[in-house]
Amino acid sequence: MIYQGKQKIWSDYQKEIPSDHWFYARSCIRQSFFPGAEKYFMVICKDLLGKDIFENAHHTTCGGISYHSDTIPQETVMTIVARQFALMTEAGYKNFVCSCITSFGNYTEILETWREFPELEAKIRENLWKACRREFEKPEYVAHASDLVYKFRNDIAERAKFRLVNKETGEPLRVVEHIGCHYSKMFPHKGVGGAEYPCVLSGMAEAWGGQVIDYPERRHCCGFGFRQYLVKANRGYSLSNTHKKFESMEPYHPDLIITNCPGCPYFLDRWQYVISEMTGKTYGENGYGIPALTYEELAGLVLGYDPWDLGLQFHQVAIEPLLDKIGIEYDPAKKYLGLNEKEIMKPALPSVMKCC
Amino acid sequence: MNFGFSLSPSSAVNLDKIDLSLYHKMEEIEPDVRICIGCGSCSATCTGQPFSGMSLRKVILAIQRGRENEAREMLSGCMLCGKCTMVCPRGINTRHLILSMCRYWDGEDHGYNLMNEVEVKI
Repeated sequence: MIYQGKQKIWSDYQKEIPSDHWFYARSCIRQSFFPGAEKYFMVICKDLLGKDIFENAHHTTCGGISYHSDTIPQETVMTIVARQFALMTEAGYKNFVCSCITSFGNYTEILETWREFPELEAKIRENLWKACRREFEKPEYVAHASDLVYKFRNDIAERAKFRLVNKETGEPLRVVEHIGCHYSKMFPHKGVGGAEYPCVLSGMAEAWGGQVIDYPERRHCCGFGFRQYLVKANRGYSLSNTHKKFESMEPYHPDLIITNCPGCPYFLDRWQYVISEMTGKTYGENGYGIPALTYEELAGLVLGYDPWDLGLQFHQVAIEPLLDKIGIEYDPAKKYLGLNEKEIMKPALPSVMKCC
Repeated sequence: MNFGFSLSPSSAVNLDKIDLSLYHKMEEIEPDVRICIGCGSCSATCTGQPFSGMSLRKVILAIQRGRENEAREMLSGCMLCGKCTMVCPRGINTRHLILSMCRYWDGEDHGYNLMNEVEVKI
């Protein structure tokens, strides 16, 4: 096929992402899982790249976590989302960016539903007015925060102090990229690369010097699955999903995992500990696990921010072997020091998986 | 450590690790099995299928995936009526394939044991 033909086909898989003026909505759970991730998204976009990204302290959860757990009806979720859009409208923005993959899927699903059923949109507008006397305009663009980092990946690479390269061997680090299910599996045309060639994370990893590895269960769910985890009786499904992925990626010896969903880094991180305690098996080198990072944390690392400011001590899997590989300096004594060098609690060490 | 939930074994089939010797034996017995397109005509027409779970399409797939026990269990429900041979769009002698596989498993000395079991079931 001629080059121009390939380019034309590939252009069908692209997503239009405005480069500036965004209203940012945080995730309801990421702040407690990996609190540095969202903070450093703002630091990178606003302070480093000088973009206009606005957030409002009055925004709430999008309701997606309850919706996918079957605990609240869809009309309630829609009204919550309508309020988020009202906050965006009041702030004078037309582009909506969210931190959470499930939120992204939720906003996209609701906008598509309103397009199909305008009478439902009218009802939600009425609900919102009755509930809090607010009105809203629908966003012109909805993006996930990883779309923006993907768009800015080369700007970040230009400013990077480190590359995803093993400093001893000079070889690129082997990166597993894991995209959240609600990113492009529900509405393929809303994601970069669609459902067939999703490249939002692989694009970042390659721009920053890494080598993305392809393995059989690459597109398998991380295992969170909402009720698979939230209902304890089902939790074995969640664990078995994650175990399947690790068994599949193990022969390729990944150095790290990059994710763009709140649940994925959490479960790909924490379940490694549970698997090691249940089976005695670890998947990293020398008895360690494979670090599972969010894309903001990885961007922060290559840009040279302090690993402990990025919140990497909140990961179950030790991050130090990865930092040593890249050549990032860190102070082990400061790992568990919080603001103003106040001592925060140290976790107990696992019995099987090595942690620093 | 007991977390209150357990790990289920994966049903994934790693084609690099499974034992394909049985499949190769099947190819030796009936080389035409290589041209099977898995259309399922044999299973659709099988008289025993609704009662015994016999499905030649699944048997071939199970053997290709190294799942011998699964294949043996299904084949024990075959009555050797030969309808599958008549409908196979690729012209595979499926009846010969099934009979030969049963003989291979049971050994020539006990070649009809499995068939006797089938008769008892019927």
